Amino acid sequence: MLSRAAESLFWLGRYMERAEATARMISMGQRMAMLPGTQGQSEWTSLMQATGTPPPEERAITEADIVALLILDPESPSAVQGCLSKARENGRAVRTALTQEMWESLNEDWRYLESMDTQTARRQLVQILEWVRNKAAIFRGAVETSMLRTEGYFFLRLGSNIERADMTLRLLNVKYFLLLPETEVVGGGRDHHQWMSMLHAVSGLRAYHHNYAGDYAPWNIADFLLLNQAFPRSVAFSYGQIDGCLAKLEKNYGGAHNCQRTARAELNRLSRLDIHAVFSDGLHEFINDQIAKTARISKEVSDAYHF
Amino acid sequence: MSVPFNEMEEPGGVRAPYRRIADWIEETGTQLLGRRRDEAEAIFRKIGITFAVYGEGGDPERLIPFDLIPRAFAASEWDQLDRGIRQRARALNAFLYDIYHRGEIIKAGVIPAELVYRNTAYLPEMVGFAPPGRVYSHIVGIDIVRTGEGSFQVLEDNCRTPSGVSYMLENREIMARMFPDIFSGGPVKPVDHYPDELLRTLKEVAPASCDGEPTVVLLTPGSLNSAYYEHSFLADLMGIELVEPQDLFVDEAKVWMRTTRGPQRVDVIYRRIDDDYIDPLTFRPDSMLGVAGLFDAYRAGHVNVCSAPGAGVADDKAIYIYVPEMIRFYLGEEPILENIQTYQCSKKDELSYVMENLHELVVKEVHGSGGYGMLIGPKSTKEEIEEYRKRIAADPAEFIAQPTLDLSTAPTLHEGDLCGRHVDFRPFCLVGKNIRLVPGGLTRVALREGSLVVNSSQGGGVKDTWVLRE
Repeated sequence: MLSRAAESLFWLGRYMERAEATARMISMGQRMAMLPGTQGQSEWTSLMQATGTPPPEERAITEADIVALLILDPESPSAVQGCLSKARENGRAVRTALTQEMWESLNEDWRYLESMDTQTARRQLVQILEWVRNKAAIFRGAVETSMLRTEGYFFLRLGSNIERADMTLRLLNVKYFLLLPETEVVGGGRDHHQWMSMLHAVSGLRAYHHNYAGDYAPWNIADFLLLNQAFPRSVAFSYGQIDGCLAKLEKNYGGAHNCQRTARAELNRLSRLDIHAVFSDGLHEFINDQIAKTARISKEVSDAYHF
Repeated sequence: MSVPFNEMEEPGGVRAPYRRIADWIEETGTQLLGRRRDEAEAIFRKIGITFAVYGEGGDPERLIPFDLIPRAFAASEWDQLDRGIRQRARALNAFLYDIYHRGEIIKAGVIPAELVYRNTAYLPEMVGFAPPGRVYSHIVGIDIVRTGEGSFQVLEDNCRTPSGVSYMLENREIMARMFPDIFSGGPVKPVDHYPDELLRTLKEVAPASCDGEPTVVLLTPGSLNSAYYEHSFLADLMGIELVEPQDLFVDEAKVWMRTTRGPQRVDVIYRRIDDDYIDPLTFRPDSMLGVAGLFDAYRAGHVNVCSAPGAGVADDKAIYIYVPEMIRFYLGEEPILENIQTYQCSKKDELSYVMENLHELVVKEVHGSGGYGMLIGPKSTKEEIEEYRKRIAADPAEFIAQPTLDLSTAPTLHEGDLCGRHVDFRPFCLVGKNIRLVPGGLTRVALREGSLVVNSSQGGGVKDTWVLRE
C-alpha cells in the first residue's frame, strides 16, 4: 500500500472521530451551561482550553464563539467543519482505497455547514450536533460493513482509536479546567451535574449505572472513562483497539515497531492502574501525560510505515 | 445553413438504430423521463462524478449534465467507425515513430518540416529513442462528428491523455441501473470490459527489462485536477495504484513507489499528467509536480510512460490536416474516415480566404484545447470578429479555420420536451501489441439550442452511447 494512502486513511479515521467527539463535547458544554445561575462562560472557556483552541481575545467566551470556532471554521483542525472537510479531502485523495459506501457517506451532504452563519447555527445547534453524530455513525457503519479487513482498514481504525483515546482524555480535562464558583462545594449539586454531563456526552449514562450501581462519584466516572475495559469510549478500551490494530499490521508486515511496544506497555499499565491512585497522584497530570503518550504512538506509527 | 442530419428521425419515420429508443420514450413519457433525469443527477452527485472547471469560479466539483436519451449507432455504422478509428490510430503512431527517427514523411515532402520540428509539443529529447512496441499514443481519443447518413468526419485527434472514458462507463452503468428493461435481450453491445482492455494494453508495453508480472500505476497530478474522478475510477477498476508524483522516486535509473513496506519497483506508468510536468530535471525546472529523473529511467528502458512524452505532436491541429496523407504514406490505404476541410492560416492564399469569410468559419488556435479561444463566426458579433481578426493577423501560423458544419443533432431532454441538440462522439482506441476498441465511446451534446460547442469545460453534457448488434 502507498504510504500516502495509509497516511490519508489514518487521518481520515482521526478527523471523523474528532468531528464527532467535538460535537459531543459541545453538547456537554451546552448541558453544563444549562444549570440555573451559570452564565455558561466558564463552561465555554474550559471547552476551548481542553480542545487546545486559542481563545479569541481578552474577553469572556460565549456560545457564539464556540459555534464560530469549534463548529463553523472550515480551516481549523479543531472545528467540526474543518474536521469533516479534512476527512473528505483525505478520503478523496485515496478514493481507490475507500468503498463506495464509505465515499458516499463522506460525500453526501458535505456542504451542509457551509451555508450556515453563526446565528442560524446557534438556533439549530442541537440539530447540527445531532447531524454530526449521525454522519460519523453512518461513516463508521460503512467502514465496518463494507471495508475489507486488510491493512487499509487497520490504518483507518488505528487513526480513529488514537483520536478517540485523545478526545476522551480531553473531555475529562474540560472538567479540570472548569473551576467551580467559590460558593460551590466539590461534590455539591453543580459538581454532580457536571460529572453527569460527561456521561451524557459519551452516551454512557446507562452503561455507567450497570457498572457502578448509580453512584455518581467522580472517581467512578473517571474510572469508567479512563480504565473501564468494556466501555467503547474509555481510554483503556481505545488502547486495546490500538494494540489490536497494530498487532494485525505487524502480522501483515512482520517485525515489531516502536509504536507496537509503546502501545502494549500503555495498555498493560492502564489495566493495572487503580483510579484512587490516579486521583492521589493528580488526575490532570495523569491526563496530560496520557495525551502525550498517545501523541507519541501516533508519531511512531508514521515512522514505522513511512509516512 | 441546411437542416442538420437528425440521428433519430428520417423522412418517413424513425431511423432503424433508434427504434427501441423511440418506443421507450413513447412508453415512458417525457414527463417521467424528466423526473428520472433528476434522479440520475442525484446519483451522480452522490457518487461524486464531477469535473472541475478551471477559472470559472463557482462550484469546484461540478457535475457534467447527463442526458437520458441515448445516442445509437447501427452495427454497420460502427463497423465503419471501428475500422476508421483503428486505421487512424495506427497511422498516428507510425507518424510519431517516424518523426523521432528518420523523418521519412518529411523527406518525402508530405509534411512541412517546420510544422513538426518547430512544434512546441515536439521533444528533441525523444529523438532516436523507441518506446516498447514503438507505441507512442496508447490511448487515442478521436473526436468524430457526423453530417449525414454514412458520413462521419474526424474533428480532432487526442493522442496525449484523452479524458472522458469514465463517463462512457458510468453513463451506461446508470442507464442499466435505472432502466434495466431497455437492455434486456442484449441489443446493446457492452463496454464495461474497457478497464480490462486498458490494463492488458498497458501490460503489453512493459519494458523488456521487466521480468514477471509488470507493476502498472496511474499517475495523477492529484485530487485538485479536473479529471481526478476519472483517474481514481480507472485505477480502481484496473486494481492498480493511483499515484501522485510525490509517491514516486528514481534511484539508479529505476522508478520506485513509496509504500508502507518500503520502496516498490514500477514498470509502466499510465500518466494523466502533461509532458511538461513529468520530470523537472528534463523539462520544467520550476514545476513542483513531477518525478526527478523519470525521463532518464524511461530512456534507460527501465520504465514505460504511457502515452510517450512528445506524443502531442500528433494531436496538434496543424498536423491534423495531414492525417489522411499519413494513412496513405505509412499504411498504403485510403482513409476510411474523412477529415473536416481545414484552412491553414500559415498559408497565404488560405489566410486571405479565412480573413474574407470569418463570419461563417470556426477558427481555432493550433495548440488550444477544450474549446477555449475559438471563434465561431456565425455566432459572433462584428466586434468579436474584428477583435479576432487582429489576433490572426498578428500570428497567422497559430490559427486554423474550418467551415461551420451541419453537425448532426440527437434528441435531448429539455424542460420536459425532446429537442434536437448537436452531438459529437469520442471513442477511445487502445494501442499496445494489439489494437483494441470497445464498441462505444462518449457522446457529448451541446445543451444550448443551436450551440456547436460540446466541450465539458464549456457547459456541454453527455449521453450514453449505444452500439447495436446486427
